[in-house]
Amino acid sequence: MAEKIQYYFQFPIVRYALIVVLLVALCSSLLGVTLVLKRFSFIGDGLSHVAFGAMAAATVTGVTNQMIIILPITVISAVLILRTGRNTKIRGDAAIAMISVGALAVGYMLINMFSKSANIAGDVCSTLFGSTSILTLKKEKVWLCIGLSAIVIFIFVLFYNKIFAVTFDENFSKATGIDADTYNLIIAITTALIIVLAMSLVGSLLISALIIFPSITAMRIFRSFKSVIICSAVISVICAGIGFFVSLLYGTPVGATIVTANIAVFFIFCIISSFSGTKK
Amino acid sequence: MSKQIICRNATLGYEDGIVTENLDFTVNSGDYLCILGENGSGKSTLIKALLGLRPQLSGEIKWCDGFKAKEIGYLPQQTPVQRDFPASVREIVLSGCLAKCGLRPFYNKAEKELAESTMKQLHIEELAGRCYRELSGGQQQRVLLARALCATRKMLLLDEPVTGLDPKAQSDLYELIAKLNRDGITIIMVSHDLNAALKYASHILHIGKKQLFFGTKENYLTSKTGMNFIETEGGE
Repeated sequence: MAEKIQYYFQFPIVRYALIVVLLVALCSSLLGVTLVLKRFSFIGDGLSHVAFGAMAAATVTGVTNQMIIILPITVISAVLILRTGRNTKIRGDAAIAMISVGALAVGYMLINMFSKSANIAGDVCSTLFGSTSILTLKKEKVWLCIGLSAIVIFIFVLFYNKIFAVTFDENFSKATGIDADTYNLIIAITTALIIVLAMSLVGSLLISALIIFPSITAMRIFRSFKSVIICSAVISVICAGIGFFVSLLYGTPVGATIVTANIAVFFIFCIISSFSGTKK
Repeated sequence: MSKQIICRNATLGYEDGIVTENLDFTVNSGDYLCILGENGSGKSTLIKALLGLRPQLSGEIKWCDGFKAKEIGYLPQQTPVQRDFPASVREIVLSGCLAKCGLRPFYNKAEKELAESTMKQLHIEELAGRCYRELSGGQQQRVLLARALCATRKMLLLDEPVTGLDPKAQSDLYELIAKLNRDGITIIMVSHDLNAALKYASHILHIGKKQLFFGTKENYLTSKTGMNFIETEGGE
């Protein structure tokens, strides 16, 4: 087995893929804790559907760099979802459901109507569930991924204390003169960046799993915000690593394998926490 | 004794309706003002107005003598999010210092020391490393009080602080608040608890659809509003 891995690692493409997988896992785990605690889990899900719709639109227009279209549309949707969340006429969950299902439907329709590809079902499947093999990564994509991850990590570290305060108690933060709305916006935009980043890897249907599983797992055992964040980052990176090698050796789809690894770790943590009596 | 908040004939409400009107009162530094009122009488709207989060529809609310709205230490009611929040006591108390940071991303040494000394002051220093969601209701309120004190030393605004606490924890918390008041911190407390208001407050503001009473506790006891309310609520 070790020989096989060594053999694969001769190819630069495999090394790139590993870098991308680990970075995506790290970034997606960072904001998960905040999204779960703010009851925003489905924003991630909604945005990923939007990103699918955007990708479909980008395919139709035939631009070579699809990010030019996907990134702005997803970020704008993140802002819109956050705004409508506060609108009393359409409640937050309904707004997210509308946007996400709508984008999914329109996206699928566009691909079917205009795609020149012979294998439409395959295209759709890989956009939804991630590529069966991410060994098709181009070098530019790797650099884009590294750039986006750097931005996400930088924003997160820079605003870490503010994100904590706004997540824990928005009213108190506002009362002491902290601009909670701006930080909510930063959280939403960063989430959008992470989703665009992760889409090529795990596909738009599985992104939420990557965002939410590590943090819920970490919350089973750890009791301070900082330790939960660190633990969820570690879990996410380890699961991504395991998923990557398993899929390399056995030819399973990368995204689904990583998510399965996350689910397994979640149950292990559940068992540990019930034995150590720290159950919620 | 300097004035901190002056409210002149203020009307509060939302775009689609007035919640309460004719509010006319003054808060001086060192006061212990208790705001009484039925549910729906506009207490939470008044809190937002005092914090400067929602402007009044008409009239005037003024923060005077260099005192600003964001210098009010606020103790909100607990939200469901907080009850299962994984955070240590120290992290929460420190977050009270956040407004002092401005654009600086991390806390400096002075702020960390302030958090430690405030925890000592409220006798929760042993809890510093504990998880917030595992504390008792009374301990949680102390933690939030410490956070508010990190933000300011001038005025505390408490929104139903004893809700859900057992009687012992209630009286402990009231004594603690009274002690902070004796140390010179202005207290504004929104409450249902008439007995506590009569025991600890120096001033009473009673609101309904409009202002029913404002004045010292002694005057409240002999006023018509006060006597009626005390009778129906069965206070002392």
